[in-house]
Amino acid sequence: MSFSIDEIQDQIIEEFQLFDQWIEKYEYIIELGKNLPDLDDQYMRNENLVPGCQSRVWLHAELEGGKAVYAADSDAIITKGIIALLIRVLSEQPPESVHEAELYFIDRIGLKDHLSSTRSNGLVSMINKMRSVARELAEVA
Amino acid sequence: MNLSIQPVVSGKAASFRDFDVEKIRSDFPVLHREVNGNPLTYLDNGASSQKPKQVIDRMTRYYEHEHANIHRGVHHLSQRATDAYEQVREATCNYLNAASSREVLFTRGTTESINLVASSWGRHFLREGDEIIVSTMEHHSNIVPWQMICEERGAKLKVIPISRAGELDMEALQGLLNERTRLVSVVHVSNALGTINPVEEIIKLAHQHDALVLLDGAQALPHMKVDVSALDVDFYAFSAHKMLGPTGLGILYGKESLLNSMPPYQGGGEMIERVTFEKTTYNELPFKFEAGTPNIADAIAFGSALEYYDELDQNELIAHEQGLLAYASGRLSQIEGIEFVGTARDKAGVLSFNLKDVHPFDVGTILDQMGIAVRTGHHCTQPLMDFYGITGTVRASFAFYNNQSDVDALVGGVEKASAILL
Repeated sequence: MSFSIDEIQDQIIEEFQLFDQWIEKYEYIIELGKNLPDLDDQYMRNENLVPGCQSRVWLHAELEGGKAVYAADSDAIITKGIIALLIRVLSEQPPESVHEAELYFIDRIGLKDHLSSTRSNGLVSMINKMRSVARELAEVA
Repeated sequence: MNLSIQPVVSGKAASFRDFDVEKIRSDFPVLHREVNGNPLTYLDNGASSQKPKQVIDRMTRYYEHEHANIHRGVHHLSQRATDAYEQVREATCNYLNAASSREVLFTRGTTESINLVASSWGRHFLREGDEIIVSTMEHHSNIVPWQMICEERGAKLKVIPISRAGELDMEALQGLLNERTRLVSVVHVSNALGTINPVEEIIKLAHQHDALVLLDGAQALPHMKVDVSALDVDFYAFSAHKMLGPTGLGILYGKESLLNSMPPYQGGGEMIERVTFEKTTYNELPFKFEAGTPNIADAIAFGSALEYYDELDQNELIAHEQGLLAYASGRLSQIEGIEFVGTARDKAGVLSFNLKDVHPFDVGTILDQMGIAVRTGHHCTQPLMDFYGITGTVRASFAFYNNQSDVDALVGGVEKASAILL
């Protein structure tokens, strides 16, 4: 059986509680970034590029069996690690759930700064795009 | 004879350890705070400098005791505020060794200063086929205004190439200059590389071709004194906030004859010329270019920033910053995989680098966790980044209030980032 968006968020929060120090947390995020498969070359296109001043993010989405499936990449490894978390939470979920999801885990694991507008790392735009794509997919479905 | 720029003293002449930096640091309240559980290491001075309490106090005092709108009030407060504001114009004139305070215009910042010239001078004087010269290492603020006005007037933008070290190709500049060149607009000190450009030579060459010169001095004045008369520069643009002053205030120095020949910048350009009352109101320099209530409080506080600089020994300041730069370069170069971007012979306190195969954003994020403030990214110099074939750099930029501990923290931070990210 698969977990809901909030169940996965709670799992991540629990995992991050194991880290006492920022460095362990970042090492884990970097590890996640390294383990996230690179986005297939055919999807590294400009139309999949999410605007961001500092690091660039590419996002590809498609509907598989009524679920929104996301694949993404970034040229910065910490951004990519956070992308891996977002994919774990939002990918393979019903598109309407993605569209309505409240992403509270980011704040709870102490990465809220990464989603502030000044970070310009493309993550805020990426989440917005994940949501808007989900809505489009929901309409198709 | 006036030296246009104080000589860059090598670290050998005066050790940076001789400079009483701890006494200076006690004037800067923010330097004593913590960030992410660590003492703040502030090395983002190229983006904006911190403020000494003298500047902060001056602004508070103004708002508590002296505030009124200036120039048109007959009452006591308005006259006091007008005096204070105009005294800072006079002080800025003296600081730059300009011929007259009518040559000192207050703007919102370097960007607006450049836009003022591009818009007012450009629209009035540029003709089809005329040429403007900039360089590869320009900030977008010294590219885009020229692109806009060139497009509007049918003029051409030419670009001085640079070497891998980050130095202007002066021979190429000579080749670019011709009878169609109207203006050369280059950065005095590069924000991304730290290169100090040979501005005396640029001005001499441009003037031989009857071309004007605008210098973007935003990154120069925080590090060195500039004498606009000795330089014989036509326009000089800079920002208060990068040199201890408040945000939102910039200066445009322009030769009086030039400024007199230019139409007003704000208020609708051509329309102002038809509104007789407006024209008579803004007819004289510098007010012609300062429509609306100016940034009174920030200008007055900027006066205290200039006083602060005046109390420092310029040679000691330069020696201190050069010492920090040399010490940081030496220590960082020991870190495996480090690649410096910009290795010009003459450099101000800016150190741009990358860790091999690591995105600058990742390095900046790790440094931030350790309370170290640097800038990462393209530094608003995308054509320069394209030249180097990179998306950005990590930039540590020094001010005279930085000390050896700041450099040690940076080195420790980059070592840690390298260990985590590589």
